[in-house]
Amino acid sequence: MPVERVKERYASKVGEVVLGATPAEGGTRSHQVKVGGDSTLPFLHAEGVVANRPVIAMEVQDVIPEWNPVFTRPVADVMGDPGAWAQKCVEAFGADLIYLRLDGANPEKGGRKPDQCAATLRQVLGAVKVPVIVVGSGVDEADDEVMPVVAEAGAGENLLLGTATQDHYKTLTAACMVHKHSIVALSPIDINICKQLNILISEMNLPLERIVIDPTVGALGYGIEYTYSIMERIRLGALSGDRMMSMPVLCTIGYEVNRAKETAAGAAEFPTWGEVGDRAVLWEAMTASCFMQAGGHIFVLRHPTSVKLLRQQIDALMAGK
Amino acid sequence: MILIGERINGMFRDVAKAIRAQDPEPIREWARAQDAAGADYLDVNVGPTAENAVEAMRWLVGVVQEASDLPLCLDSTNYDAIEAGLKLARRPAAINSVYADRRRIERAFPMAREFGAKLVGLCMDAKGIPKNSENRLALAMELVAAAAEYDFPLEDLWIDPLILPVNVAQDHGPEVLETLRQVKILSDPPPKTVIGLSNGSQKCVNRPLVDRTLVAMAMCCGLDAAIVNVNDEELMGTIATARIILNQDVYADSYLKVFKKRT
Repeated sequence: MPVERVKERYASKVGEVVLGATPAEGGTRSHQVKVGGDSTLPFLHAEGVVANRPVIAMEVQDVIPEWNPVFTRPVADVMGDPGAWAQKCVEAFGADLIYLRLDGANPEKGGRKPDQCAATLRQVLGAVKVPVIVVGSGVDEADDEVMPVVAEAGAGENLLLGTATQDHYKTLTAACMVHKHSIVALSPIDINICKQLNILISEMNLPLERIVIDPTVGALGYGIEYTYSIMERIRLGALSGDRMMSMPVLCTIGYEVNRAKETAAGAAEFPTWGEVGDRAVLWEAMTASCFMQAGGHIFVLRHPTSVKLLRQQIDALMAGK
Repeated sequence: MILIGERINGMFRDVAKAIRAQDPEPIREWARAQDAAGADYLDVNVGPTAENAVEAMRWLVGVVQEASDLPLCLDSTNYDAIEAGLKLARRPAAINSVYADRRRIERAFPMAREFGAKLVGLCMDAKGIPKNSENRLALAMELVAAAAEYDFPLEDLWIDPLILPVNVAQDHGPEVLETLRQVKILSDPPPKTVIGLSNGSQKCVNRPLVDRTLVAMAMCCGLDAAIVNVNDEELMGTIATARIILNQDVYADSYLKVFKKRT
């Protein structure tokens, strides 16, 4: 008996955000990266258009981070030199974007000043030609001083700047308005705050197509299903025409995975778990893979092998395999 | 929820006067105001006083489209007037309305198909409006059958169970709500449902409260669309809130603000 293929039709689609600026747009990037634009659920090519490939950003920090050894080993030779680090991520590991975290602005991690942070950004911009994401240290008072200066230093480059939260979004939104960057809007695994923050930012007149959602992800084994269902609702909201839910989604996979015990504990401690090296890489790749199928667009990773694994999967899913 | 702005209707004195005097400004004003308030469609009805309904419709459609890009809901008992409007409409319109009467069905369905229009189907026939929901549903079923006969998409058929003023026909209220629920099992995909909200509150005191209460109750019964006063902020707030309670929109503290500005 022939079975009719049932296809869902959606009223709307995910907004498209363009990152980076080439000389033609007033920047110095070699190309722009577009994210979002999907008119269907993730990778359902038969029901709509997956307009752009999911992209992989690799994380670079301004100061030497305290990551698990598995994640620091591949970049041990370049940590401490953000430009060289970024360059290695792009040239050796094939990162689509650089995610520069200015952790050193945290008073407890060195308290680097706005000028120093701006210099770090310039260094990274000079070392790579891909579009760049820059986030602060997560300490509001410090970021309020640093990010406007960083935004100014990156003027023309169409950066993606983070991180705005419901209680703290005005300074960063204003900096994005003035220097024409996009913004990362972070909510704590909470769909209602996610929408509210998008409303608050757009009320300051930053266009919706310059907002990217960071819904807060959890690593495999650490509440991954909560964010998964929130990302599903975000996508369904976007497809049903809720403009305040229609932004592409960024997932800070590496940060979350690094916090999981499974990426740090050795085989001596848990003999049945196997070697931590493979385990940590797979933990990162599996977590990213899961969120890619939930509807993520930008994946921030730390390990080059999981970057490679995720890219293979993106290739297969984009080819409809 | 599809919101059809009710205000450009010759039943309103200011609109009737503007149509008679061929004065476009009050019409444009209403088109703009309803557009800004979040209407999805603009009802366009030349009213009973227009001498030449076809000419009046042409003029009215032209004027409305000068002020708004919203699709139109062409509202007339005169199908020549509706057809004249359809020819001028820039976007696929809605036809308001047809009912279970063979002559009207034969004209309305092919016309709706030809112009890619939605079609409002009233639960009445030549004998009038039935008293109970069973008979309303029987008439709705006739319209669903007509849609199948004319290969008209069922989801483009909007069934209106016809609410009557609560101060004169109280017994119709529960029947209308029950009809809204039952219409959804007539076919797969089911037709959509619509009501002319302010019919329910005609000549009542505190009309806005009647409207607000009725719309929330009807939404609970699955209402898809309503012809409403979109400039009644309390009413819009009630609709936005009902959508939240029915889990049709994601809650955010500022949900009222963004409801008007939705797509």
